[in-house]
Amino acid sequence: MADATPKPRPKRVSIPRQPMPEQPPQVRVGNFREVPFGLTPDLAILEASRCTQCKNPQCVKGCPVSVQIPEFIDLVAKGKFIEAARKIKETNALPAVCGRVCPQEEQCESPCVLGKKGEPVAIGRLERFVADFERVTGNVEIPEVGAPTGKRVAVVGAGPAGLTVAGDLVQIGHDVTIFEALHKPGGVLMYGIPEFRLPKAVVQAEVDYIRKLGAKLECNSVIGKSITIDELLDEEGFDAVFIGTGAGLPYFMNIPGENLIGVYSANEYLTRANLMKAYLFPESDTPLNKATNVAVVGGGNVAMDAARTAKRMGAKNVYLVYRRSKKEMPARVEEVHHAEEEGIEFHLLTNPITYHGDDESRVIAVECQKMELGEPDASGRRRPVVIKGSEFKLTVDTVIVSIGNGANPLVPSTTPGLDTNKWGNILADQETGKTSKKGVFAGGDIVIGAATVILAMGAGRKAAAAMHEYLKTGAW
Amino acid sequence: MFPILETKEIAKNVYLQRIQAPRVAKKRKAGQFLVLRHSENGERIPLTIVSSDAGEGSVTIIFQAVGKSTTEFARMKPGDAYLDVVGPLGLATHIEKFGTVVGIGGGIGAAPLLPIATAIKEGGNRLLSIVGARTKDLLILEDEMRAISDEIVITTDDGSYAKKGFVTTALQEFIDRGEKIGLCIAIGPVPMMRAVAEVTRPHGIKTMVSLNPIMVDATGMCGACRVTVGGTTKFVCVDGPEFDGHQVDFKELVMRNRAYLREEKVAMERIEQKERIEHKDGKCMGGAAVPEGGGN
Repeated sequence: MADATPKPRPKRVSIPRQPMPEQPPQVRVGNFREVPFGLTPDLAILEASRCTQCKNPQCVKGCPVSVQIPEFIDLVAKGKFIEAARKIKETNALPAVCGRVCPQEEQCESPCVLGKKGEPVAIGRLERFVADFERVTGNVEIPEVGAPTGKRVAVVGAGPAGLTVAGDLVQIGHDVTIFEALHKPGGVLMYGIPEFRLPKAVVQAEVDYIRKLGAKLECNSVIGKSITIDELLDEEGFDAVFIGTGAGLPYFMNIPGENLIGVYSANEYLTRANLMKAYLFPESDTPLNKATNVAVVGGGNVAMDAARTAKRMGAKNVYLVYRRSKKEMPARVEEVHHAEEEGIEFHLLTNPITYHGDDESRVIAVECQKMELGEPDASGRRRPVVIKGSEFKLTVDTVIVSIGNGANPLVPSTTPGLDTNKWGNILADQETGKTSKKGVFAGGDIVIGAATVILAMGAGRKAAAAMHEYLKTGAW
Repeated sequence: MFPILETKEIAKNVYLQRIQAPRVAKKRKAGQFLVLRHSENGERIPLTIVSSDAGEGSVTIIFQAVGKSTTEFARMKPGDAYLDVVGPLGLATHIEKFGTVVGIGGGIGAAPLLPIATAIKEGGNRLLSIVGARTKDLLILEDEMRAISDEIVITTDDGSYAKKGFVTTALQEFIDRGEKIGLCIAIGPVPMMRAVAEVTRPHGIKTMVSLNPIMVDATGMCGACRVTVGGTTKFVCVDGPEFDGHQVDFKELVMRNRAYLREEKVAMERIEQKERIEHKDGKCMGGAAVPEGGGN
């Protein structure tokens, strides 16, 4: 009888998407603390109850690492937060990071059926909530790893791709050592993405998790300089190598005045601010120029991070100079929105052409020209065209060039037999990460060019599976 | 952690330090540098590797205590350790048979010159050395350079020791006496390197200089160390540190090295102030980590 009477179900679609409480803009521009506070348990349960538990969940297909989304959300709805966190960790070793920095609106949340008529389930916020809950309540459990296989794997770069590979392979029972060039692991999560968007304690906790699984970590090891790939394979006895060195070579525009003092690459500005904690100067030893008027050149997530960091470093005016219109900006909508809220002044359809300096070679102005959109270019976006006679100057004392990163040549240039494309990216199979060199795999930004954390993790996941296969069979 | 094996003041405010860093010691070649960090809030400081002992697993650096970090480095003694030592970084010196090579080290520049000059001599070249300093107290590595040189000239700007004058005067004398110089290597303060390049330029003598700009990561990631060479921007950390002295934009380099003068001053004042307080409190009287004044 009981079976015949369906339980009363809440009208899920009638519950609105739960907003995540956050610091108000006027407060947060004065500190480096994280902007959103995260969902409360009540809000999380309410949000999770919106999920319709589709039979054929499209969200999972949108996730580069195939997190079991309906399953974990169901656990959240039942208040089983720890179990939910464990469910995510079956396929994603860095949920607290992904819950914060993944572009969910383009991935898991975009195909959500609720989004067709209203707003999709806030999958990212729920992921973040359960990962934080597990960590903050001290419930992180280290799963049992497989019996030792006797195979040794070297992972080059402790960023999102490398950490994923390490996590996956160490769980199977392989002996994994991660080599990191900087003094702290995390890659772009540590040096690039600011504290207010991704707290470093969160990154550290996720790295600690990988280490507790059994992965070894050697910082200060610049592969290609301290040790070469060939030495790892031939002298140090590693059976396979994964290269996940990222996109760490900043592009400049090669325009006059670009080497003036106060003109930074976004990498330098953010590394000084995040990794080296310049915001604590003089308590920390690494300084940044004290700036009142800052121009950030570019329209990606890194540009937004740089602009918002500059504001927090005390700049009065921060200008975002981007040569196309807002529609073409590669940054996430949420990041653009946060930047606008914080008073970043957008100069769209504007391109810098010259930097001017004072007699001490410090930058004092950026000369720009206005652009208009013409025909679509190779990227499908409308090409910006110069409007003649539209030159104007912005008074600035710091410029942050954030127009992208290329491949760092340190590893390819010291690894014979490792093929690259004309931009220096390592050629690797999209499905397996196999490179032209036996036993060597690669993935993430060093292969596909500057992209996202989760794409790097997706590549790491695929490479780890292929590496396991290779270690088992020896077949290349 | 990278333990310190020895700290020695070899000239006024100039220190030699031997550090345990086996991986760096094993790989390092002449001309390469390392990056040091001494505390959790410390900055990353690039310094040339002067020598290494692969057997002991140690590297030797020589530095002048000029800013906050190097002043603190100078006070670190056996028993202390660096948090981070990264290297070897940068490209190694290109060695071939150049014939006669003039090696010039000015001031602290004699330290990076020593390993390069040694490699050049071992590469089968005739080595004429010029080691200069502002004054006698600042002269370093005279004996070490003498030991590897076919001929050596020592200069002091003020004439307090050896030949009075600049290194360029001694270089001009080599040229004037008809030496066929295949290569000149000059390392020292930027004005000195620029002056040397101007002396050799009219004679078409190939001149290499080793640059030491501000760096952060020192692996090509940040671009803090960019310098214009022959009209193109180069990253000293990965494209250098040695470049054609006739192509380097020295004016830009001088300016860029001054980027944080204000901040360096703030940092120095802070440690001087801290020291005064510690002296007043008598903290200097005991404890292993207490600075001993470095013999000044």
